[in-house]
Amino acid sequence: MRVYGTELTSPLMLGTALYDSPAILAESVRVARPGVVTVSLRRESAGSQAGQAFWELIRGLQVPVLPNTAGCHTVREAITTAQMAREVFGTDWVKLEVIGQGDLLQPDVFALVEAARLLTEEGFKVFPYTTEDLVVAERLLRAGCEVLMPWGAPIGSGRGLNNLFGLRALRAHFPEIPMVIDAGIGRPSHAVTAFELGYDAILINTAVAKAGDPVGMAQAFHLACEVGKLARAADPMEARDMAVPSTPTLGKAVFAS
Amino acid sequence: MEIMVNDERTRIQSGVLSEALVELGYGEAKVATAIDGVFVPRSARSTRILREGEKLEILAPMQEDKSCESMEQS
Repeated sequence: MRVYGTELTSPLMLGTALYDSPAILAESVRVARPGVVTVSLRRESAGSQAGQAFWELIRGLQVPVLPNTAGCHTVREAITTAQMAREVFGTDWVKLEVIGQGDLLQPDVFALVEAARLLTEEGFKVFPYTTEDLVVAERLLRAGCEVLMPWGAPIGSGRGLNNLFGLRALRAHFPEIPMVIDAGIGRPSHAVTAFELGYDAILINTAVAKAGDPVGMAQAFHLACEVGKLARAADPMEARDMAVPSTPTLGKAVFAS
Repeated sequence: MEIMVNDERTRIQSGVLSEALVELGYGEAKVATAIDGVFVPRSARSTRILREGEKLEILAPMQEDKSCESMEQS
């Protein structure tokens, strides 16, 4: 996928939160071979080197980073977090999350569009976490976003692609825009479906970090991305309502009297 | 003077952000700072005067995943 003038080496974007240990995180990234890893900022205790150690670990992975504004609820919070992340991580890319509803972690799309506009004006390259709503998508593009990241399902739910019709419509409406399914993907089969729908990339975190075997699941998602891309390129057949025999009936023996 | 540092009431001697960070033990740490919800870039820390009661946020790259309620303004 090419986004903001950069060709990603893989359509897999992997989050770095929730792993049981830094070693499992590092091994999962090594196996998944993602095109980017997402990273966050959190409070650092005085004298603690935890943040520094984590940053060294991430840098050692040699994968481009995409800072996020995870957990922010207002335009102001998101902008301040993005500004702080740009200084620490040294990139103007930002995955913009503005959460509007606590139970489903649903994006506040009104605040999202406003934050996207303001951040774009400040020179950020915004990756907006949004819904499959076409009108919101149009507004985000008008605000300066060059990529869209609709949810498959609520963050961390692992429910897959909740609204296939909506995601298909979004894909069809903006065929030239790079699109990433962000959130809700729980299994490699969900990832394959995302690519078969024509999406360019997926972003996952919990699905790997909270699997029984995160490294094994990282490998499974790496392969699922390959499978999904191959299937999409091979132009899958359309589903039909009626059966169609796959074995030719012409020349079939007739035994009935 | 007393300020809030990552939501904890903290007494400091320094009157400037860059000096306060050293005093608080963040001397060489790779952190980003905000005061009362407004980002203060590294380049501005030596001229940013601190005032009584201000809320200083000090953030670093982290693996854990919690909300950024820390930025909420009262």
